[in-house]
Amino acid sequence: MTAREIQAIYQTGKAAPPEIAETFIKKIEELQPKLKALVWFDPEFVRKQAGALTADGKSKGPLWGVPVLVKDNLCVEGVPTTCASKILARFRPPYNATVIERLKAAGAILLGMANMDEFAFGSSCEYSSYGPTLNPWDTARVPGGSSGGSAAAVAAGMTPLALGSDTGGSIRQPASFCGVVGLKPTYGRVSRYGLIAFASSLDQIGPIAKTVEDCALLFSGIAGFDQRDSTSVEAKVPNCLEELKKPVKGLRVGVPKEYLIDGLDPEVKKALEAALEQFRKLGLKIQEVSLPHTEYAIPTYYIVATAEASSNLARFDGVQYGYRSGEGDSLLAMYGKTRGQGFGPEAKRRIILGTFVLSSGYYEAYYAHALKVRTLIRRDFDKAFEAVDLLMTPTSPTPAFRLGEKLSDPLTMYLSDIYTISVNLAGVPALSLPCGFTPAGLPIGMQLIAKPFAEAELFQAAHAYEQASGWHKREPKIR
Amino acid sequence: MAITVKDVEYLALLARIELTPEELKKFTRELDEILAYVEKLKEAKTQGVPPTSHVEALANVFREDEVQPSLKPEQALANAPSREGNFFKVPKIIEAS
Amino acid sequence: MTYVPVIGLEVHLQLATRSKIFCGCATTFGAAANSQVCPVCLGFPGVLPVLNRKVLALGIRTALALGCRIEPTIVFHRKNYFYPDLPKDFQISQYDLPLGRSGSVEVGERRIRVHRVHLEEDAGKLIHKEGEDASLVDFNRSGMPLLEIVSEPDLASPEEAQAYLKTLKAILQYLEVSDCDMEKGSLRCDTNVSLRRPSEELGTKVEVKNLNSFKSVGRALTHEIERQGKLLEAGEKVAQETRLFDDARGITLGMRSKEYAHDYRYFPEPDLVPFSLTEKEIEVIREELPELPAAKAKRFAASFGLTPADARGVTASRAAADYFEACVKAVAGAGLRPEPGTFKAIANWILGEIARVMNERNLEEITALQFSPGHLLELVQLVDSGKISHKMAKEVFAEVVKSGESPARHVQARNLAQVTDAGRIRESAQAVIQENPGAVEDFKKGKPRALMFLVGQLMRRTQGSASPALAQETLRELLKENKR
Repeated sequence: MTAREIQAIYQTGKAAPPEIAETFIKKIEELQPKLKALVWFDPEFVRKQAGALTADGKSKGPLWGVPVLVKDNLCVEGVPTTCASKILARFRPPYNATVIERLKAAGAILLGMANMDEFAFGSSCEYSSYGPTLNPWDTARVPGGSSGGSAAAVAAGMTPLALGSDTGGSIRQPASFCGVVGLKPTYGRVSRYGLIAFASSLDQIGPIAKTVEDCALLFSGIAGFDQRDSTSVEAKVPNCLEELKKPVKGLRVGVPKEYLIDGLDPEVKKALEAALEQFRKLGLKIQEVSLPHTEYAIPTYYIVATAEASSNLARFDGVQYGYRSGEGDSLLAMYGKTRGQGFGPEAKRRIILGTFVLSSGYYEAYYAHALKVRTLIRRDFDKAFEAVDLLMTPTSPTPAFRLGEKLSDPLTMYLSDIYTISVNLAGVPALSLPCGFTPAGLPIGMQLIAKPFAEAELFQAAHAYEQASGWHKREPKIR
Repeated sequence: MAITVKDVEYLALLARIELTPEELKKFTRELDEILAYVEKLKEAKTQGVPPTSHVEALANVFREDEVQPSLKPEQALANAPSREGNFFKVPKIIEAS
Repeated sequence: MTYVPVIGLEVHLQLATRSKIFCGCATTFGAAANSQVCPVCLGFPGVLPVLNRKVLALGIRTALALGCRIEPTIVFHRKNYFYPDLPKDFQISQYDLPLGRSGSVEVGERRIRVHRVHLEEDAGKLIHKEGEDASLVDFNRSGMPLLEIVSEPDLASPEEAQAYLKTLKAILQYLEVSDCDMEKGSLRCDTNVSLRRPSEELGTKVEVKNLNSFKSVGRALTHEIERQGKLLEAGEKVAQETRLFDDARGITLGMRSKEYAHDYRYFPEPDLVPFSLTEKEIEVIREELPELPAAKAKRFAASFGLTPADARGVTASRAAADYFEACVKAVAGAGLRPEPGTFKAIANWILGEIARVMNERNLEEITALQFSPGHLLELVQLVDSGKISHKMAKEVFAEVVKSGESPARHVQARNLAQVTDAGRIRESAQAVIQENPGAVEDFKKGKPRALMFLVGQLMRRTQGSASPALAQETLRELLKENKR
């Protein structure tokens, strides 16, 4: 059931929020043991919200009665928000993230908290202190990450909508692995207030949904300027539900030549080529473009993102909230043991790397240099968008990989983000949507990238393609 | 450059993360590999290129000097791992010797 | 071997805003522990800072008053280090793009250069309890807006450092950018000190922290200079380090090195955008600057005939200068001629008796005293017109400053006015001469002190209300007659 279908049901009066809520409670209770997509769920919490909606006669918001699952790094007042980390175990924020406030104001029903890689460090959802979420299309495989719980839950029908966050592909890559639609909005489009930061200059909150229309619906519900986030932008948010119906004929789509890499899975390549053909049929103009600094994106990202992360994660020190080790009676020991025991391996790895690139003697060669390369990467996009309206790439070089497959080698894991990372470095919006399936039945995703604040164009092209291809109608058989 | 166990030890101290001997060894190896990979960046020609620390051209974002309600001490301390009265409690700090 | 101290001061000033630098929590002093905190200043996960507009405005105002160049782009950086009073374990501060650079402060005849001024957030407060195995943290102070003013190492002695600090404080009070209350910690000071031989390179610099009064600045520097001198004399090296001043013991102590092994890893704060002011905006702020102490002292000397020293004294605090000017206005208001003598007398009162009473009562500002400019003028007039003696005026002042009564009324009510009636004084003088033949004899023998004795007797007889000048004159006259 999509959000739009739920809204249609409400329109006809066939059901009210409490009944819809029960449907999803049931679905979650059924599938959670198989997929482990949620890390916190309380049916009473859901029922209370649904009941309150029917009780008050207030005007119905744009997401009235629509359930939304929340990634575990978005603060919900009074609800455990832990970033899937031991160090935040039992943390209950005394405040809501701005997106949560907006969802509540729009009448949405929060379902619970979704699993993720600890602090959003990862591309497989395996670095969760709660254990991995499994891919609904093949439970031997990862759902992608870091918003793996959100994407898997949407794919499995446990929720119509979910929020994720994307620092280097953390919405788009799991969306592609799980066969759903995910948007990383333009940097500054959605307030980051209450999003537990990974890398502040790259992080964006975004929607994950089964269809492009649902994705646009949730995006409209969370986007817009927020006084509490200095980096949020005062740009008008278009009515994306209207915009996405606009004709796409004549839109110019660029395919970056640098994106044909050795590691690109032939099945993915094939699906992309077919999708391009479909685009042509829809009247879009396809041309090759160049993003010459693409090869520097991953190293730049791992310097910038870890530097910011090392600082953002310093606050988890066992003083004001979260885990504190009982061992050690000196200050130094309390810090060292709390953080040594509280963080998982990937968090430690990234904090150490980030500490290194900022440290005296290395700052210029690593961090300062990476900021300059970031400018080059941004300029690549500026230049490409002089010639085209959209860029199209695979979302990930491969379909979902097997659990444990990349855990032993962090670098290979990092490389799987090759197509998504430069988008965050440039701050532009990008959307992943299904563009086919492998013969084994694993979804394949394509990524569309647009100019800053041109999310509406992403929705247009994606919607037209989705309606023509019909991939969104496939459902996983969960075993 | 080659990262040594001593380097990682120092970084772990700066980051206040106590590592086990195994972790130290493992991270030293991994950090070394990652940095070798990152070396590629050095080829990029950045002479005269300004740094990007913000992707947007935003400037001068303020709030007005207005008092907003604070949390109640009980809310502020509700998540504290250790407290004494309305204070957060930490191990004894000896600043000077 | 003589060494020359080289001293620089880092002054931390809490800017006078209603709310904190990056959140809406109140800045009221003395609130109950952890009652003026929110997710932002507690460093909770996911929260973001937004700059208080007033903080930047006050910072720019101060930078301009110190003659600094305002940077075209003002950027905040994160200074990363772990400490329990630092909720995010980084401090939002400024690094290579501070608010302003290259200013100066005139201290007496010397110009002390200001290296830079920058904005930052304050940390919380740690409470170390004796004999307990824990420390406590109160985050009310976390996120208070601070302006750091860093001088060049231009100061050559503890006395000069104190003088610089006093002058700086006066300027800051004139600007009304802070209450500058050192006891509340609104004005704090760290210092860098090294020793060098004349005409040699700079020595190793030691940072001394925790200086909470003018006095401790002087004491800490004196001690530290002595400590470093002894080391150098003994042929040892001075370690580059941060030391804490122990106020109770009057000595500096080395800090535990491992816990303070810092590499601040500054990088641009990604959660805040850059700030910049146009030339025009800067000019508007510059035009709003008040007249500063040095300029005011020059004007007072020129317009009111004060000596340079008195003019500097009266303008040393903005409140005193305002008080003086209110007195000047009262002179005109009372239709009096603006005599330099009157202004001099007013200055003398402000720098003398008034300062003494303030000191006694530990008052920071003249405004805290129950004694208006109008009252001071009354007092000056009472003396001027000969109604009371200067000595009596001091006594009257001591009374009215307690009661708040008008000096004129006080004098009238208690019948304290000097008897200037020549007839009455003559009567008394004749009586005194008759009653003290011995003294009269002595005077005739040419002992001038005898006259003073007789004056004293006359004052006693009139219960001090006689004009001493008139009493002396009358006695001398009568004695002369008596001689004949």
